[in-house]
Amino acid sequence: MKSSIVIKKALLYLMLGIMAFVFAYPFYNVFVLATWPGDQVLRSPPHFFFGGGLAENYRQLITRIPFGRNFFNSLGIALSSTVSVIFFCTMAGFAFAKYRFRFRNQLYFFVIASMAIPGFLNIIPFYKMMVRFGWINTWLPLVVPGMAGAFGIFLMTQFLENSLPSDVLEAARIDGLGDFGILMRIVFPLARPAMAVLGIVTFVGSWNNFTGPLILLPKIEATTLPVALSLLNSRVDNNQGALMLGNALTLLPLIVIFVFFSKQIISGLTAGAVKG
Amino acid sequence: MRNAVKKSRNQGWYPYLFVSPFFILFCIFGLYPIFYSITTSFFDWKLIGASAPKFVGLGNYINVLRQDPFFWKAMLNTVILLVTGSLLQHFIAIPLAIMINSKAVKGKEFFKTSFFLPYITSTVSVVIIFGVLFDTNYGLVNWLIGFVSDGAKIRWLQESFGIKVVLSVVLNWKYIGWNMVIYLAGLQAIPHELYEAADIDGASSLRKHLSITLPQLLPIIFFGVALSIIGGMQIFEEPYILTNGYDQMGGHQNSGLTAAYYLMFTAFKAYRLGKGSAIAWLIFLVIIALNGVNRLITKKLEG
Repeated sequence: MKSSIVIKKALLYLMLGIMAFVFAYPFYNVFVLATWPGDQVLRSPPHFFFGGGLAENYRQLITRIPFGRNFFNSLGIALSSTVSVIFFCTMAGFAFAKYRFRFRNQLYFFVIASMAIPGFLNIIPFYKMMVRFGWINTWLPLVVPGMAGAFGIFLMTQFLENSLPSDVLEAARIDGLGDFGILMRIVFPLARPAMAVLGIVTFVGSWNNFTGPLILLPKIEATTLPVALSLLNSRVDNNQGALMLGNALTLLPLIVIFVFFSKQIISGLTAGAVKG
Repeated sequence: MRNAVKKSRNQGWYPYLFVSPFFILFCIFGLYPIFYSITTSFFDWKLIGASAPKFVGLGNYINVLRQDPFFWKAMLNTVILLVTGSLLQHFIAIPLAIMINSKAVKGKEFFKTSFFLPYITSTVSVVIIFGVLFDTNYGLVNWLIGFVSDGAKIRWLQESFGIKVVLSVVLNWKYIGWNMVIYLAGLQAIPHELYEAADIDGASSLRKHLSITLPQLLPIIFFGVALSIIGGMQIFEEPYILTNGYDQMGGHQNSGLTAAYYLMFTAFKAYRLGKGSAIAWLIFLVIIALNGVNRLITKKLEG
């Protein structure tokens, strides 16, 4: 009886361990390959340990694509999106959570329903619009349209409804704070945990965005890391070192963020699903 | 509780001001282009050349449905990948969640975190690394296969069957963790008493999962499958990057050409905006239809 439990437990760990390995190994492989000289990346048997070509790969990377510019664009777009999403979504979430106003429920329903619209439906006219605005090859089309995203509003409304005590707001009002003052001085400081979740999730989403910059930032100097990498990937080339290192450098910030904030990221990205 | 602010005198137009950014932006960048894309789909509208857009009524739709082999090929590919990539993973994610949820397992957070990591990696990174792992001559996969088989090396990225396999592997690998976390939350919400009663009856653990766990998870399965359908019908980035952009249209025998990929190709490579918009709306109709089927099946299972 007892030994069968032990065997069962061992089997369970074995299976989970194998799965964890299958999920983790490709990441390890990205970093291993980034250190092998370009003409030795593809080898049989495949590489399992680190090589000595890191410096040369970096030289290759910065000569083949404007890596610095791409990194700067990725970072700039992600940070601008994050800051504006946090601001506008907290503001809207505060209104939906703590005010009673005409059409409140209808408007909130509209916000939620808008999330179900598939992204590709408007992509062609949206592209034409951006051409007319003169926004192609700028950060604007990747930041402005999503500044007050529906998902962020949903997340902040949920949070503020449950964890912003109404007597605190009452007290602030008695002290003579106006609506905007309450937002800035009470809501923003108290909503920090949820703002962190929303901010990280927004940053990661923007950093990984591919289709958007692919269409809207066709110029290599103006585009982001994922698109620049895909261009490098599609070149027929015997020197893969630049690609492998570029891939590792695109992945690294995400892994660092994930190590520190995995709890927030998982709770944020599954928020709608777990509660719905 | 919610009417704390209501009691105050001057709430007036503030809530409207606070929620207005969403509605302004959504009308300009969301709604307007969507309505515009309906109109566009009725025109023969080419981006290059001087010819003015010409009204063709349902012409684009008829052309796509009756004379375009690529569209049907792309739809078929998408549905195949929907099954092998997006839906198959629920059969892996549920047992995985049950295993992690088991009382015997310590380090739940560790496993949860490591399975979730692929979900937040960019598609480009994922596809590049799987391209190396599935390389015909130097990839890890063929190297491992070499130990058990002496046959010819499988040309994963050059043959239509191989491309589908690699895409399915990528989709499973990337999204299983997300589904697993959702199911884990669902499992933790099932009341313990249900299992205790079954224990008294002496039910086996497989029996318990079939007659308690799965029925209890049904609403979550419905939701997860609905999201998989919506996401799976829009697959574009994975095949686009794996088969190196628009030029090869999905690689050998177009086997990586998905519906959304064909939409993007039509609009941004062939510059046929009207036809592209028609394809977009056809995909949308398929998504609605498949979600209807999902709802019917779930209703039936609920009995």
